[in-house]
Amino acid sequence: MKLITLNFVTCALKSCKSSPASFPLHPRDATLEVIETDLNLAFLKNILPRLEWNELCVITAELGLPPLPSSPPTREDLVVKPEGEVAEGAEAEEEASQTAKDLHRVLLETTVKEGKLVCGNCGHEYKVMEGVPNFLLPGHLV
Amino acid sequence: MSRPEDILPPDLFYNDSEARKYTTSSRIQRIQNDMTHRALSLLDLHSPSFILDVGCGSGLSGEILSNSEEEGTPGGPHVWIGFDISSSMLGVALEKEVEGDLFLADAGQGVPFRPGTFDAAISISAIQWLCNAETSEDSPLGRLSRFFGGLYASLRRGGRAVCQFYPKNDEQKKMVSQAAIKAGFGAGLLEDDEGTKNAKTYLVLTVGGGDLDGDITGVVRGMDGVDVMARPGVARGAKRGQELKGSKGWILKKKEQMERKGKVVKANSKYTGRKRRVQF
Repeated sequence: MKLITLNFVTCALKSCKSSPASFPLHPRDATLEVIETDLNLAFLKNILPRLEWNELCVITAELGLPPLPSSPPTREDLVVKPEGEVAEGAEAEEEASQTAKDLHRVLLETTVKEGKLVCGNCGHEYKVMEGVPNFLLPGHLV
Repeated sequence: MSRPEDILPPDLFYNDSEARKYTTSSRIQRIQNDMTHRALSLLDLHSPSFILDVGCGSGLSGEILSNSEEEGTPGGPHVWIGFDISSSMLGVALEKEVEGDLFLADAGQGVPFRPGTFDAAISISAIQWLCNAETSEDSPLGRLSRFFGGLYASLRRGGRAVCQFYPKNDEQKKMVSQAAIKAGFGAGLLEDDEGTKNAKTYLVLTVGGGDLDGDITGVVRGMDGVDVMARPGVARGAKRGQELKGSKGWILKKKEQMERKGKVVKANSKYTGRKRRVQF
């Protein structure tokens, strides 16, 4: 599963719904894998305001990835400013900046292949196998 | 035709051989393709979005979501997360190396995502499975309400969800849409080829605060070949189950109420509630 998913998924237990500690789930014994994909600038711009940046920093630190900047980038940071004067009326093709490329690498290319996710509130462990986390709950926990 | 929901629970029904059959059948692929495109046109997406695929199976609909605009996916390529209860189906999806993230999860246990995560949700031929409960601890209504409640929370304001499903009968259709309305969605049913064997039912759901004009019928405004049918009884002012004031039924109800309070009430006859005609 991609790190972007980890920035949205919470503990599935009903008793954890009200607790702030149920997000984010903490990866343990994780094996990471990088799967290269095409950069999708419009998507990054779309998802940026919805990211919880602090939690993303926590997770990348736990996974031992290089630290992220302490403040989230803005939409303007994701595109390279066009050099020189752009002819008026001409729709310049936006180009992704290094910030956008880094963000794409962290969010959409870095994946958790094996390991487990642990809820910070109840301690429930969700196993991840071949990149697929198991969120099936036993009946008494639903 | 036999309904797989009646045979086994989904995690057991879609075993390795059944999952392979489902994914390699060109007929099923074509039908799923058509339905995914229809659902996408109802979602009306214009830019790359974050989409939840409920009951993604082997990722047949996910592959379409990952396609770019040139390949015929409006607003694409989208990033999606899919979940399914059948590990065999997910195994096939892994083999095909689909681009979305996969979860092994039961939609009837809720949707474990932060509020406002997704721009849209799509579900192709899945939620009829929620109408069956496999254990005595669970009920279809409970599963539906957990699913729709979780889905409502995880969609952003103004987001949409389109669920294509195969209702067994009108009762089931009503149960599913009522559960969605109870969760807070604006809901409408779109039926293609109604009354034929190929009937396809799409449950179109909206989360308030969007740019939707008017009620749920705004979703299909401007689409070709769609007739809007208002539900009878909704347009009328009187609420359902309430008698019109002054009618015979209303008078009888009031008389009964008064009688229960211990007041002296005249006996009912065939003349009760009738108009007193002018004397000549």
